[in-house]
Amino acid sequence: MKKCINEMKLSFSAVSENEAFSRACVSSFVALLDPYISELAELKTAVSEAVTNCIVHAYRGQPGGVVWIHMRLYSDRRVYIKIRDKGCGIADIDRAMQPLFTTAPEEERAGLGFAVMESFTDQLRVRSSRQRGTTVVMEKTLSEKEKDGYSDLQDTAAGGRKLRAGTSLC
Amino acid sequence: MSVELKLDGDKLTAYLTGDIDHHTAAGMRAEIDRALRQNSIKILTLDFSGVTFMDSSGIGLVMGRQKLACELGGRCRVADPPAYISKVMKISGIGRLCEIVDTRAPVRTGSHRAGGEEQ
Ligand SMILES: Nc1ncnc2c1ncn2[C@@H]1O[C@H](COP(=O)(O)OP(=O)(O)OP(=O)(O)O)[C@@H](O)[C@H]1O
Ligand SMILES: [Mg+2]
Repeated sequence: MKKCINEMKLSFSAVSENEAFSRACVSSFVALLDPYISELAELKTAVSEAVTNCIVHAYRGQPGGVVWIHMRLYSDRRVYIKIRDKGCGIADIDRAMQPLFTTAPEEERAGLGFAVMESFTDQLRVRSSRQRGTTVVMEKTLSEKEKDGYSDLQDTAAGGRKLRAGTSLC
Repeated sequence: MSVELKLDGDKLTAYLTGDIDHHTAAGMRAEIDRALRQNSIKILTLDFSGVTFMDSSGIGLVMGRQKLACELGGRCRVADPPAYISKVMKISGIGRLCEIVDTRAPVRTGSHRAGGEEQ
């Protein structure tokens, strides 16, 4: 088992202003592992989906809701992110996770949040109980650092080059 | 505001900038829809070149504008999404609903030819 080298916990009001705030927090914490820009963008997007779901669905705009984020960084470059609410819960998780399924089409929700979380992380687990809340756990292992940093061509996001995300990009 | 609108005859271009999430999408939607309803628009272009972040709220924004533009007798297209946003668009399959164009492609002849912008 690889060692946990860093950990953080965060809780904040379930208001939409905090969507950007939570992404900024997560990206500056992950920046400690010096991720590639594309990996950081994927993590930020996945976190934004989970946090937005808490704000939009779990508490349905009711005041007083809280969102919790718990993150761990491991020595093998694995990032663990748990996002939790104490909202209404999900009645049928399998159905909720199907692409394009949404309970809020009139609010222009696309029903793609879980699909995005799934494709931008290595592992996604969802637990939920009605009236008690929902917990989403995502894990992603960041690619190894290279000595020159420019040899891998897999990252088209950076024009065929992998670019390290400097802290300034958070 | 995070959206700038340019009207050219029956073409409307919305230049979106900054992050598109649930919080910011509502304001963008309101501005674009007002212009769509006030003018007779054949082509609505959502220019994504200035967008720094987008989650599925952006997909909802595109889907909704495509729907409204259609209802009003026009259509919607997406222009120049950066790479990290293209990934989200790809997952959503939005490309089947609405054309995604690259206006920065090298071949660009004279601008503003009447109705001649499409390839
Ligand atoms: N934290 C949560 N609490 C309660 N219900 C949730 C939660 N997260 C998701 N759901 C339910 O699961 C459905 C699917 O979620 P998903 O994020 O995939 O799509 P969406 O939020 O509806 O649309 P989009 O994310 O594309 O804007 C939601 O419509 C909602 O009913
Ligand atoms: Mg969602």
